[in-house]
Amino acid sequence: MKQLNQDEAKRICERVIGFSKADECRVLINGNRTGNIRYAQNSVSTAGLNENVQLTVSVAFGKRQGTASLNEFDDKSLEKAVRRAEDVARLAPENPEFLPAIGKQEFRASATFNQDTAAIDPEFRAEVASHSIVAGRKNKLVTAGFFVDTTGFETIANSNGVFGHQEFTNLSFTCTARTEDGRGSGWVTRAANDVRRFDAREASAVAIEKALRSVEAKALEPGRYTVILEPAATSEIIGRMFGAFDARQADEGRSFLSKKGGGNRLGEKLFDEQVNVWADPWDKDVPVRPWDSNSMLARERTDIIKNGKVASLDYSRYWAPAAGTAT
Amino acid sequence: MLVPVFGNAIAAEELMNPVAPAFKKSLADAALNSATRAGASYCDVRIGRYLNQFITTRNLNVENIVNTESSGVGVRVIANGAYGFASTNDMSPDGVANAARQAVAIARANARLQTEALQMAPVQGVGEVSWATPYTRDWRTVPIKEKADMLIAANKAGLDAGASFMESRLFQVNQQKYFASTDGSYIDQDIHRLWAPLTATAVDKATNKFRTRDSLAAPVGMGFEYFDARPEHKVQAAGGVTTLYTRSYDLIGDARAAGRQAREKLGAKSVEPGKYDLVLSPEHLFLTIHESVGHPTELDRVLGYEANYAGTSFASLDKWRTKKFKFGSERVNFIADKTTPGSLGAVGYDDEGVPAKRWDIIKDGILVNYQATRDQAHIIGEKESHGCSYADSWNSVQFQRMPNVSLAAGKKRLTPDEMVKDVKKGIYILGRGSYSIDQQRYNFQFGGQLYFEIRNGKITGPLEDVAYQSNTQEFWNACSAICDERDWRMGGSFFDGKGQPSQVSAVSHGSSTTRFNGVNVINTARKIG
Repeated sequence: MKQLNQDEAKRICERVIGFSKADECRVLINGNRTGNIRYAQNSVSTAGLNENVQLTVSVAFGKRQGTASLNEFDDKSLEKAVRRAEDVARLAPENPEFLPAIGKQEFRASATFNQDTAAIDPEFRAEVASHSIVAGRKNKLVTAGFFVDTTGFETIANSNGVFGHQEFTNLSFTCTARTEDGRGSGWVTRAANDVRRFDAREASAVAIEKALRSVEAKALEPGRYTVILEPAATSEIIGRMFGAFDARQADEGRSFLSKKGGGNRLGEKLFDEQVNVWADPWDKDVPVRPWDSNSMLARERTDIIKNGKVASLDYSRYWAPAAGTAT
Repeated sequence: MLVPVFGNAIAAEELMNPVAPAFKKSLADAALNSATRAGASYCDVRIGRYLNQFITTRNLNVENIVNTESSGVGVRVIANGAYGFASTNDMSPDGVANAARQAVAIARANARLQTEALQMAPVQGVGEVSWATPYTRDWRTVPIKEKADMLIAANKAGLDAGASFMESRLFQVNQQKYFASTDGSYIDQDIHRLWAPLTATAVDKATNKFRTRDSLAAPVGMGFEYFDARPEHKVQAAGGVTTLYTRSYDLIGDARAAGRQAREKLGAKSVEPGKYDLVLSPEHLFLTIHESVGHPTELDRVLGYEANYAGTSFASLDKWRTKKFKFGSERVNFIADKTTPGSLGAVGYDDEGVPAKRWDIIKDGILVNYQATRDQAHIIGEKESHGCSYADSWNSVQFQRMPNVSLAAGKKRLTPDEMVKDVKKGIYILGRGSYSIDQQRYNFQFGGQLYFEIRNGKITGPLEDVAYQSNTQEFWNACSAICDERDWRMGGSFFDGKGQPSQVSAVSHGSSTTRFNGVNVINTARKIG
């Protein structure tokens, strides 16, 4: 099915909400067209193209909730999705932690779409792989890599008047270059929403240089060392670390952010004062959607670690009032 | 909470209506003909209907119940010696024909980078056949209330026994897969799998410590009869330290034990680092087998096809070619199979239409074979594929995935209690824990769920903060005893990740309780200098 524009998506949301007989109705539509190419041993191994648009409907009768999803968009199918969600909701036990849908939100659009990225085709993907393979062969290295690009949209709506629609593009590339004797190896990763900021030659050259320079690498004894991490390595740590910034887990005593005797370590200085981490949906380098898809709340620029102090934890809508703080 | 689910949610009664084989055959023929006309030398079509039901609970609340369905068609071709793949959820003859043409176009774009043409091991077309997971109670017909009540009862049992928090989930999977190829096969399969993981957490706020104990049960390829909790399917671990399960599972009983044991772990003695003889239960050892034997014998890893993601393998072809590479001690025999009833890997045919089979991977400690697909078989001198091709969805391309890889039971009669009697300084480990293993599947570290100290042939009490470190070859060569087939049972991984784009697969690993001498154990709570 083709990707939906804002008017088409809004019309579908209105139809879905109109069909619902439940106390409330929430709608999420995701669409994407994803192309990829994978190569190894200096040759393409697999390549493919997937396209899908999916509607997810969640309804509630009191504190009984049901969820349904489908990828057909005629009126009959839309009504079927609503009825199925309602059937599941009627069968579900009450969830004491259920919270009603939020009220209308103001979303400030972020620049997540790029036309040039949306125009990527199989020839372009083959060209990306070719740059890496050819450069690898020239250096007597074996390369393996993966390039994937997505063009898509997300729409959210609920029966309290929330509506948001945003289109997006993104691409990612990883490549591993190895010497034929297995002594040297290098890896690179790149991601962008604008293909003009991606250079397959530059990225491949980084993996190749690492492979060539690591041939004489020596084993280190365990111990304390000063370590310099490239951004790719730091981002791996950050990504895993913030999965543990859930306030409820901390308050319940099952997190490294739990405080002895109860409560959490929000506000404590746990890191070096040079450490500052924030989330910003409008960051020009890494824009993301200006809403949280689950809660449908508008996002704000948020400090997470400020001058080494824990500046915020992840509070769900249920846990925030219990803890006396904002979501 | 609005939960995005990957598939169409459908009413329970509609789950029972499979798509007619005649319709699937006509759709498959449309794709095969389109691909052939567009110039493909080979084409296979997978028409999939994937049904799932997920139930998640926390303490005494059901957090979510979701029924999903995902249907569509994936078309793989070879054109100009290269692969191309395209998928569509447009299940009309025109829709699948168009996908086939797209797949051919992609193959042609890639062919110019191909250094040598793909070489597919022959497979005999089997005509129109079918296969189904054997089961006596279809999860799709069990009322949601019965399932939710079972999970909540389990959580209550764990809380009553000492847990501060309980979480339990129920994953139920039905894959209706139709495979057709230009080799002349039309294969209809109906595959069922279940998994009910739970976690008990005990918190001591005074010391700021918390401990968890996860389920000791296995995910399975069978029906809802797995939850019958039949008394004859319960076995006592060595020393009676806990109850374990074979062909059916007592979820509530295990949750009760989990709650009690999570609380006990808060006060357990911290392990003294050093060399120990390890006695590893099948509930623990399956994961070590998966990571240190299953993955390094995947031929695509060995050849470098996973070098950019999942990794490579220390078990290289040159080692295999010597026919002398001592992977483990002489009592170590690993068998790959796609046939064991109740296992996650059991199917009639793989996703290239190859019949399921069994074969040796490690024989008397020697590396003798790998896991291969049709395009890999010639590399290791095989005349046919091992049948290891799998795709996790209609819109994923199939590639080499792990079959069940299991450690054969010991040939001499030996029970876990008898094994413990011979251990002077050891640790008995049960359940899967955290782990780490390098990209060649060589150096590793594994933890577990429950640890018990063994002194002079007796289990003396629980331990905590245990992990063992070794490398694959050293570890399996330290294997000094394996209990007999009376103790043999399977564990499994429900969401094993591999490939780009990443795909999951489900696979089982069997073993009996097994002993390893002189393995290095570290204390995971110890702070370094």
